[in-house]
Amino acid sequence: MSLAMFVQHLLNGVTLGSLYALIAIGYTMVYGILRLINFAHSEIFMLGAYFVFWGIVLLHLPWAVAMVVAVIVVGALGVLVDRIAYRPLRDAPRISALISAIGVSFFLQNLAIVVFSAIPREVYRPDWLENAIVVGDIRVLPLTLFVPVLSFLLMMGLVFIVYKTKPGLGMRAISKDIETSYAMGVPVNRVIAITFGIGSALAAASGIMWTLRYPQLQPVMGMIPGFKAFIAAVVGGIGSIQGAVIGGIGLGLIEIMAVAVFPDLAGYRDALAFILLIGILLVKPTGLLGEKLEDKV
Amino acid sequence: MDRKTKILLNVAAAAVLSLFLWWAQESFGGYRIQILNLIAINAILALSLNLIYGFTGMFSLGHAGFMAIGAYTCSILILPETQKEMLFILVSPYSWVQAAQAPFFLAVIGGGLVAAFAGLLVGIPLLRLGDDYLGIATLGFAEIIRVLANNIPRLTNGALGFKGIPDYANIWWNFGWFIITLYCIARIINSNLGNVFMAIRDDEAAAKAMGINIFRYKLLSFTIGAFFAGVGGALLASLLTTIDPKMFLFTLTFNVLMIVVTGGLGSLTGSVLASIGITILMEWLRFVESPIFIGSFELKGIPGMRMVVFSLALLFIILFRREGLMGMREFRWDWLFGKFSKRGSANGS
Amino acid sequence: MDRDMILEARDLTIKFGGLTAVHSFKARIGKGSIVGLIGPNGAGKTTCFNMMSGFYRPTEGRVIFNGRDITGMPPHLVCRAGIARTFQNIRLFGNGTVLQNVMVGCHVRQKSNWLHNLFYLPSNLREERAVAAKSLELLKVVGLESFADEKSRSLPYGAQRRLEIARALATEPNFLLLDEPAAGMNPQETNELMDFIRKIRTEFNLTILLIEHDMKVVMGVCEHMWVLDYGETIAEGPPESIRKNPRVIEAYLGEECVADA
Ligand SMILES: Nc1ncnc2c1ncn2[C@@H]1O[C@H](COP(=O)(O)OP(=O)(O)OP(=O)(O)O)[C@@H](O)[C@H]1O
Ligand SMILES: [Mg+2]
Repeated sequence: MSLAMFVQHLLNGVTLGSLYALIAIGYTMVYGILRLINFAHSEIFMLGAYFVFWGIVLLHLPWAVAMVVAVIVVGALGVLVDRIAYRPLRDAPRISALISAIGVSFFLQNLAIVVFSAIPREVYRPDWLENAIVVGDIRVLPLTLFVPVLSFLLMMGLVFIVYKTKPGLGMRAISKDIETSYAMGVPVNRVIAITFGIGSALAAASGIMWTLRYPQLQPVMGMIPGFKAFIAAVVGGIGSIQGAVIGGIGLGLIEIMAVAVFPDLAGYRDALAFILLIGILLVKPTGLLGEKLEDKV
Repeated sequence: MDRKTKILLNVAAAAVLSLFLWWAQESFGGYRIQILNLIAINAILALSLNLIYGFTGMFSLGHAGFMAIGAYTCSILILPETQKEMLFILVSPYSWVQAAQAPFFLAVIGGGLVAAFAGLLVGIPLLRLGDDYLGIATLGFAEIIRVLANNIPRLTNGALGFKGIPDYANIWWNFGWFIITLYCIARIINSNLGNVFMAIRDDEAAAKAMGINIFRYKLLSFTIGAFFAGVGGALLASLLTTIDPKMFLFTLTFNVLMIVVTGGLGSLTGSVLASIGITILMEWLRFVESPIFIGSFELKGIPGMRMVVFSLALLFIILFRREGLMGMREFRWDWLFGKFSKRGSANGS
Repeated sequence: MDRDMILEARDLTIKFGGLTAVHSFKARIGKGSIVGLIGPNGAGKTTCFNMMSGFYRPTEGRVIFNGRDITGMPPHLVCRAGIARTFQNIRLFGNGTVLQNVMVGCHVRQKSNWLHNLFYLPSNLREERAVAAKSLELLKVVGLESFADEKSRSLPYGAQRRLEIARALATEPNFLLLDEPAAGMNPQETNELMDFIRKIRTEFNLTILLIEHDMKVVMGVCEHMWVLDYGETIAEGPPESIRKNPRVIEAYLGEECVADA
């Protein structure tokens, strides 16, 4: 592999990885607090992409504005999902909420088919993202710089919220011990709602950037990236935001590099993440950076 | 009511069912027969998932994987050699795939056995994981199976799949297998082994303290469940006569899960009733998705509407009636006859 | 102590991270005796049980049962070897009936497997019937036969504790570990419990080790006891000597002072 090729693969890997990481953050935050795999998260990701499309086509919003509006609307939608489908099940067995999440996921996905139809659609992309910058024999798409940089900024914003604001303190408290947080007067439901809002907004941002990279809208488009991002979160140690970022970027790099080095494996690309997941769970049942949960007798 | 009476009543119930099927075969059109067939297969799938999840407490999302294995195995065994030659147009099949042949009954058992073997293989490493990790790992297993089906064209004909699978799976086969499944799982559940599964579901630590090797019994339950999922997949392949990897998406598992949850986790009766209800509703709702013609005026169908309705139904159940239709209750003859015997160790419906 | 030993704990030590929950616990327990383990909250009593029943592997030390080293054996094999236990925070199979709970206990001694059951083998039918009958017998022993078909989680607290004991007896143990059997019982029930413990000892040929906070119960039924505090064995001996032991009094008084504060 030439250096030029390597740099390109590297950038592609980081781009894909940042998109996984943004989704993974939502999974990991919700799981850290509620011990719930939010299956609906992948549909949130998909809706983000669709809302931008609608903003541009129906409301004639400029691209950047449509993006911001979509992120906000989808964030609110995430809060709504929690309010309707998860909050009533806080005291139920954990699996009930999980089934509810699967239900919401299928509901949103099929609602999208009803409303948007299952036919894939082309997406608008600003030209400047497409015009390759050439440095020596290295060709770089601005896109592969834009996505990681924007993702990085969003993650920094998240770190600020989690470590420097009151709701962030609440989140960290709840993920340590929800009972005690209730007792200490943390507004638990509100903090959880904020968590869903932030996580969903990040997933929406990821969905939007995903369609810049893979410019096709489809109601089922969230499923595979969603699973993979969840796996990234597990591999990084679920509950840990740093872990989600490392896991996401790692997974993106592995996928791109594996196919670059072994082109024969291209057909197995979607299985790679699952194989990785099963492998890691076997060695460490709580993920790479996850904390050990003892079964006290 | 003693054991003999119950056995007689069960046999009588089976006889009534066959009379009904015979009558249905004579008087129903193809469409209704198809619905009956789907009911039987869905019931087989739901019973097997209920054994794994409802009775033993292992949250498995791998059913589509086992079904795929059963479906492909059975299809390879019953596809005539000439048909295979026509199907494999891009690559030639492995010689053993080309040569493999078996009568339908054995082919279905073969599908079940290969699925059970897969269940054993993945169960050994995965069943150590707790609820949601197990769920996501088994989901991963099903996805891997699907990717494999896409990528080993010499075995599965890749993305093209199989067409023209012989349609042996008539109502007699399907309901025959339904009865076998129900009998086996009810026998297990109503014996002390069933109590052991229930114990593992309710409290693993306490079950260990009772001398139960929980890993062994989890594996047993998982493998038996995988066997019947494979059988269901095999029958489905022959009923639909075409299969391809796209058919075995997560949606398929979701449908089975929905039936089990609707019927009640831990109720065989519930699974059977929900299979009937949901299969009929699903087919009935199909018309919403296809265009309707009134004279020359066309009402557009709404694709996706079916699943919207069903996911809403699932949400509704999990939010407002978590125990499903039957909770953990079962149909019992004693109950039907209004007598309450002193101890309920009756055979199921 | 001239009777045969049934269980011997040799310097059992267990650490959780930095915390030494139990340090060098030694005990030699004679066949057929009823002995006790006491100490303030968090002293390490339940942890000792967990090491003897295979739930925790001791960091150091050995557990010898009937002359056999069972250290680190998984719980189900420990049970098969003849040690049964109950749990401090009752752990029944909540969705099962009272009878089913006891039947699960019988399973470890059952011989036929699921295939026998599937093919309706007569030997299996006989065995299943015997299991149901034996379970019902055990329910009579603990006075719960009239609740056989109730859901176990609907039982009152005291009855749940007795059901846990019946379930443990169903595994046909030689050695029974009871973790706070009197917790949550009223004085009347507590008195009955003391007689009951003596009764099952003779009837089932048991050796019993119990953890109990209710001093009346421990002093009343135990022939010998160990006192733990912060994982250390601070005293050992028959009830009379324990009652007078200044270190024991201090450990308990210290706890009360903390509780009052
Ligand atoms: N699995 C574990 N991981 C970490 N610490 C543990 C674990 N099990 C027990 N401990 C600790 O060991 C110490 C002893 O606990 P243990 O439950 O044995 O006390 P106990 O004497 O039974 O008290 P109580 O009377 O309250 O039941 C406690 O500090 C407890 O927190
Ligand atoms: Mg204790």
